[in-house]
Amino acid sequence: MTHHEEGVVLRAERITKRYLGVKALDQVSFDLRRGEIHALLGENGAGKSTLIKTISGSVRQDEGIISINGRQLGALTPTTAAAHGVGTVFQEMSLVPALSIAENIFLGHEQRRAGLLDKRRMLAGAKQALARIGVDLDPRTPVAGLSRAQMQLVEIARVLHRRSDILILDEPTASLSLGEARRLFEIITELRAQGIGIIYISHRLAEIKELADRVTVLRDGQKIGTIAAAGVTDDRLVEMMSGRTLEKLYPRIEPRPGKVRLRVSGLSGPLLRDVSFEVAAGEIVGLAGLVGSGKSEIGRACFGLEPLTGGTVEIDGRPLSKPSPKRAMRQGMIYYPADRHQEGLVTTGTLRDNITLPSIAAGTMSRFGVLNRREGAARTNRVVEALSIKPADPGRSILGFSGGNQQKALLARSFAKSFPVHVFDEPTVGIDIGAKSDVYEYLNSLCEQGAAVVLISSDTEEILGMSHRIYAVREGRIVADLRGDDLTEENVVRAFFGSRDASVTSGSVHRDQSA
Amino acid sequence: MTSPLDLDDRSSAPENGQVVGKQNPPAPAAGPSRLVSALLRVGLLPVLLVAGVAVFASIEPRFLTPLNGTNIGRQLSFLLIITMAQMLVLVTAEIDMSVGSTIALTSVVSSMVMVRVGGDGGGPVLAGLLAGLGVGLVIGLINGIIVAKFRVPSFIVTIGSGAVAFGVALMLSSGSPITGLPKSFTKALGNSDIAGVPLSLVIALGVFALLYLLLNWTTVGRYFYAVGGGENAARLVGVPVFRSKVLAFVLCSTLTSLAAVLLTARVSSGEPNLGSEFVILSIAAAVLGGTSFFGGEGRLGMVAIGALFLVVLSNGMNLIRVSSYTQQVVLGVLLVSAVVIDRLRRRTAR
Repeated sequence: MTHHEEGVVLRAERITKRYLGVKALDQVSFDLRRGEIHALLGENGAGKSTLIKTISGSVRQDEGIISINGRQLGALTPTTAAAHGVGTVFQEMSLVPALSIAENIFLGHEQRRAGLLDKRRMLAGAKQALARIGVDLDPRTPVAGLSRAQMQLVEIARVLHRRSDILILDEPTASLSLGEARRLFEIITELRAQGIGIIYISHRLAEIKELADRVTVLRDGQKIGTIAAAGVTDDRLVEMMSGRTLEKLYPRIEPRPGKVRLRVSGLSGPLLRDVSFEVAAGEIVGLAGLVGSGKSEIGRACFGLEPLTGGTVEIDGRPLSKPSPKRAMRQGMIYYPADRHQEGLVTTGTLRDNITLPSIAAGTMSRFGVLNRREGAARTNRVVEALSIKPADPGRSILGFSGGNQQKALLARSFAKSFPVHVFDEPTVGIDIGAKSDVYEYLNSLCEQGAAVVLISSDTEEILGMSHRIYAVREGRIVADLRGDDLTEENVVRAFFGSRDASVTSGSVHRDQSA
Repeated sequence: MTSPLDLDDRSSAPENGQVVGKQNPPAPAAGPSRLVSALLRVGLLPVLLVAGVAVFASIEPRFLTPLNGTNIGRQLSFLLIITMAQMLVLVTAEIDMSVGSTIALTSVVSSMVMVRVGGDGGGPVLAGLLAGLGVGLVIGLINGIIVAKFRVPSFIVTIGSGAVAFGVALMLSSGSPITGLPKSFTKALGNSDIAGVPLSLVIALGVFALLYLLLNWTTVGRYFYAVGGGENAARLVGVPVFRSKVLAFVLCSTLTSLAAVLLTARVSSGEPNLGSEFVILSIAAAVLGGTSFFGGEGRLGMVAIGALFLVVLSNGMNLIRVSSYTQQVVLGVLLVSAVVIDRLRRRTAR
């Protein structure tokens, strides 16, 4: 029944995937031709990852059909995907560091002779697999000793060795230097010439324009369009990725900037490059950037959670020497971590434990080390009421609350004492709309009370909707200082992707030098 | 200890559980469901304890005599102190495998000091006690600093430090008991009682009261739970993680040394081979009492019941002549079951 269009190796038709009722993919169709590099482009959360996961079989779509080489397969599993020639190199490395290159290439497909491992044959096979992509490495080398770029090449060799004719590369240049990326491009181009179809995900517009034959743009789980890469402009791509009216979710208030409360100058470290900015009383300032841009590290560094090689942090004019959570809090800065379970909450505790712990640690709920439990109970009630935590049951285990209410318990640390500077790291990830709007109201109330509020977020709409000013972060540096009429989604996204081609490469060159 | 507003009270739930039940409006209506919910709150252990007592009493009449009660009390005092000590470390998501060797070294050092000081009366006893507690203090500091500073597994560190302490105990004593301890020591500390309650048990109950206050009414106690339940989260709100861990180890070893001095008085000599069984006993009792092996959870009251349960079990099995070999098997099965139940309980909680 399927019409087998000439040259199409893979076709995904009207794929829909819901997570907890939210559509991660909404009727997205996509096709890949033999000998083509097809780029997938979109902001974080646009649905790129979900799409390639359905194609590689690690996520099962709710609706839609995937066909490979004209055969309708419905939903795939990792095994059937691999059997039909789909090979994926995910961002997270899937090599076993303790094993050699050859052992990794044959992992799960070991060659045997008389029941024992046929090491000679596997070494030869691995050598051949590496040679195919022009890599000259000894297959006996342990993977642990390889550079990230080399590991990536080994992954590609492994995927191709399993006779894949569809290759999915998820941000392959994200952690490569310019030179390494160049080498990778040559290999990819060569593979295209061999007739392999390649799905290429990247946030770097310059790369996409250079490599890809076609580009498919996703936004909010929907396909915006597929266009030929030749001659496309950055503006066109940025417009396709962004360009949507904001909903009325964001109760932005007017800023009343007072004196500067947080001043950061020249912050540098392994992931940060000379970061300087300031935030005044009564304003909400956004740090915007893609995942991995370093925006989160800026907030963490101020709070002593990232190694620093230089720079200063000042709170209300007083320098914060050798930042640590304790010192930062004592001096008036509080950081709200993004990872609720790993860093935000004591997961064995109750709601009350989590609300009172910051106060206990700040010493505002005890005298000479003896707890004032009456004050603790009162403070708990105050927090539960102020943040409308539901159910209002302080004795309940914190894990018995929804994500939104857990997030509110995390916000309770602002009640430990009065902090002039608040740094929120992804404060609304994975919580429902109702809780989101409570969080936004809370940000606003802090701002109105004269605090300096920093909002770190990967959600472009949120950061545009809430911030009075925005610093855009890319590759560990602040690349744009947006205020007033410049606060548009297009400007922000342009800064994320470094759409002026020169700046894309300069970013990579910079990292190259530092490596 | 009556607070109208009840801050989290994991360690006191069995004690005032009824009061809490009455205060909370949605009290279960029917009798059986109230029983079930009460059971869930206090767990299986008190039931097992009562059942054990009933079984032993029915088989062996001597079990329920005042004399045997004093016996149980005396045995309990040592294990109770060491179990509570171990619990402090377990709550911070660490473990102390060196308590056995800490007992041995404390016994040897305190005895040698007492013999060296010589004479009878309070002087030598006090010197011995202080020397013994000093041993615990040093071992705890070493364990705690290494574990907290270098973030290495306490399991390995304390096995290593335990080996060192045991070796030192053997070297100091040349492997043989140290005799000639002051009468005031062996008599007063080892054998006296207050209205039938052994002095050592009175001391253990005093330690219980102090630790109860520490865990529930001081910042230090809340830090132990926070560090064990979420070290990163605790650090991010300014909890002194390093200091808390070191303090837990120091308290553990020092309390273990206190028990070791009492134990030395009981056996009337400094013994380098004293106490090795207390490693598994203290861990088993704490975990049976619901202390989580993964940190952050544990109630002092339940831990005490765990210790009592093991002592009753061992005493009862001795009376009905269950061989010590079999007792080993029973203890091992109990320990593993307790950990499995802990894991299952946590899984269903999520």
